[in-house]
Amino acid sequence: MSKTAFEIHDMTVAYHRRPVLWDIDFELPEGKLVGIVGPNGAGKTTLIKAALGLVPLASGKVEIYGKSYQEQRHLVGYVPQRESVDWDFPVTVRDVVLMGTYGRLGWFRRPGRAERDIADRCLQQVGMASFAKRQIRQLSGGQQQRVFLARALAQEAQLYFLDEPFGGVDAATEVAIVELLHTLRSTGKTVLVVHHDIQTVREYFDYVILLNMRLVACGPVETTFTNENLQKTYGGRLTILDEAAEAMRQREPNR
Amino acid sequence: MTGSIFVLGLTLTNKVMIGTAVLGGMAGVIGCFAVLRGRSLVGDMLAHSALPGVCFAFLLLNSRSLLGLSIGALISGLFAIGAVTIITHWTRTKEDAAIGIVLSTFFGAGIVLLSVIQKPSVGGNKAGLDSYLFGEPGNMLTADLYLLTIVAVIVLLIVAILFKEFKIICFDTDFAKSQGWPTLSLDLAIMTSLAVVTIVGLPIVGVILMAAMIIFPAATARFWTHQLHTMLLLAGGFGIAAGLLGTKFGQGLPTGAAIVLTAAAMFVLSILFAPRQGMIARLTAEVRLRRRMAREHLLRSLFELSESALPQLPQIPLQRLRDYRYWRSLDALLSKATEKGMVTRLGQAVQLTAVGYRHAAELTKAHRLWEMYLMQHANIASDHVDRDADDVEHLLPESLLVELEQQLASAGRLPALIAEVPVSPHQLDSDANPPKH
Repeated sequence: MSKTAFEIHDMTVAYHRRPVLWDIDFELPEGKLVGIVGPNGAGKTTLIKAALGLVPLASGKVEIYGKSYQEQRHLVGYVPQRESVDWDFPVTVRDVVLMGTYGRLGWFRRPGRAERDIADRCLQQVGMASFAKRQIRQLSGGQQQRVFLARALAQEAQLYFLDEPFGGVDAATEVAIVELLHTLRSTGKTVLVVHHDIQTVREYFDYVILLNMRLVACGPVETTFTNENLQKTYGGRLTILDEAAEAMRQREPNR
Repeated sequence: MTGSIFVLGLTLTNKVMIGTAVLGGMAGVIGCFAVLRGRSLVGDMLAHSALPGVCFAFLLLNSRSLLGLSIGALISGLFAIGAVTIITHWTRTKEDAAIGIVLSTFFGAGIVLLSVIQKPSVGGNKAGLDSYLFGEPGNMLTADLYLLTIVAVIVLLIVAILFKEFKIICFDTDFAKSQGWPTLSLDLAIMTSLAVVTIVGLPIVGVILMAAMIIFPAATARFWTHQLHTMLLLAGGFGIAAGLLGTKFGQGLPTGAAIVLTAAAMFVLSILFAPRQGMIARLTAEVRLRRRMAREHLLRSLFELSESALPQLPQIPLQRLRDYRYWRSLDALLSKATEKGMVTRLGQAVQLTAVGYRHAAELTKAHRLWEMYLMQHANIASDHVDRDADDVEHLLPESLLVELEQQLASAGRLPALIAEVPVSPHQLDSDANPPKH
């Protein structure tokens, strides 16, 4: 059994006191491509954001290679949803990719020759080398997604979190992303991917996390991605959890 | 009033010009971050809600030193920000509504206080206090100029030092946070700088117009560049220019208003004349595209009408061409094409020239490739395909056409349309020594 790359312990996450993830608990071995699958509102994005410390945990903890996120953030790469930023922002493609190196650079230091080389290499890896000087507003959706992937690559991480990289991209980008995932796996990286298309789960991933406000199942695709588990994940919302969450929310006045 | 007494060897006019330029420059730079973050209204709110603070400070200190009044303004500005936060957090009121509510309440309170101060029973030198309403740089003291300069230096230093950090939190806050940047503190640094700039600018352009100093230079600069650092420099430059020109040409007019109108003029000029994003550039591009499409339609129609007689290039009666499809202005189109040497006119007929034929053949090829693609792969009915092809084919990049050609060729669906290149009649260099890269 290889090292554990990522582990979540009894984690509960709430937005405005309304719990959106209940008591999540799993661990993932190193070097796997992991699909996070579940219906809309299942808390897939929240799971990633909680792992990255972007939303507070109500309880539980997250561990990356055995230590807290704060200690290990240099090992983590992140691709947020494409829609989360303003693509009209005045920066070039290379500028965006360079942002992946900012974490390593630390305060005040500016990216230099070495960082630019890294950025260009990462752009090449996603097939966007010729776009380095382009304005981000001129990119198509698929190209935007690839720029975000290049930025995550520039983080030179061990563990990657990708939030719906396949959402609304063209066929060429989809192929490019899958190729990239395989490259990452072959170099021992672990990649967690929020994924919407159940059809392609078997094809793309080794591991799967089935999520619907709580953890339905987590394990290798062959044994975990079963009809029975899918039924549990998608077969109707869990009304009890919904009602309980609603009750928690109602407790707060004026909302 | 200091009148035209020399201070620092400067006349009052020069002092005012320097002061407004310094203000314009720093407001332009810090305004970029406010505008890019979608926070431009925060400046407006701060400016308006500063008024009661200014009045209280005056009542307490009994003087109108810029520093004292600015501290008062800052404090009431902070109260206003707190009020907005509380309202949005604890009620269903949205942020824009909350800003409107707080802004007008504070401003109303400020006006009331101002009228109290104007009463003769209240002592102190009140001259210049009402400049906070509409701005009156003529009241600027030398100490005020020093304060403005110090604030400008500090703010520009902060921006220069934290440029990378500001850039990443403005573009993608979540990503920045995941890298461990203290996004809240950085955001606070931007907002505090914005607040300080706004407040020291109040006596110059006034509470009502200060927001324009924050927004205009940044919005103007956005038209001219796609790089953040260039945008900051340009916005600073536009701000300085607005200050200088507004003061220079606005003599005898309310200076604050003159400065803001200058900034507005620069904005309007940029909307019109900026390259690529400007309206005129866009219109020209649009007109050029239309013309090209019309010319391409003409050539293709002539090709299709000539097609049965090829390789001869027949004379086509104008009437036939007119009946072939709808033309907006055939005569103009024809004379332009004649000028370009694509067609020759022979009385009531036209004929493709050899050059025109080549172009027409290329265009028809592209058109038909696209039609074939649409019919085979996109399942568009053959009687609709001409129109659908028309819309797109003018915009198809060369590379896509090549790809299309290859695809159709490999499917064996392509007649011998591909231009054959004859074998070179002489020995080529590339055979002997392949080019090095």
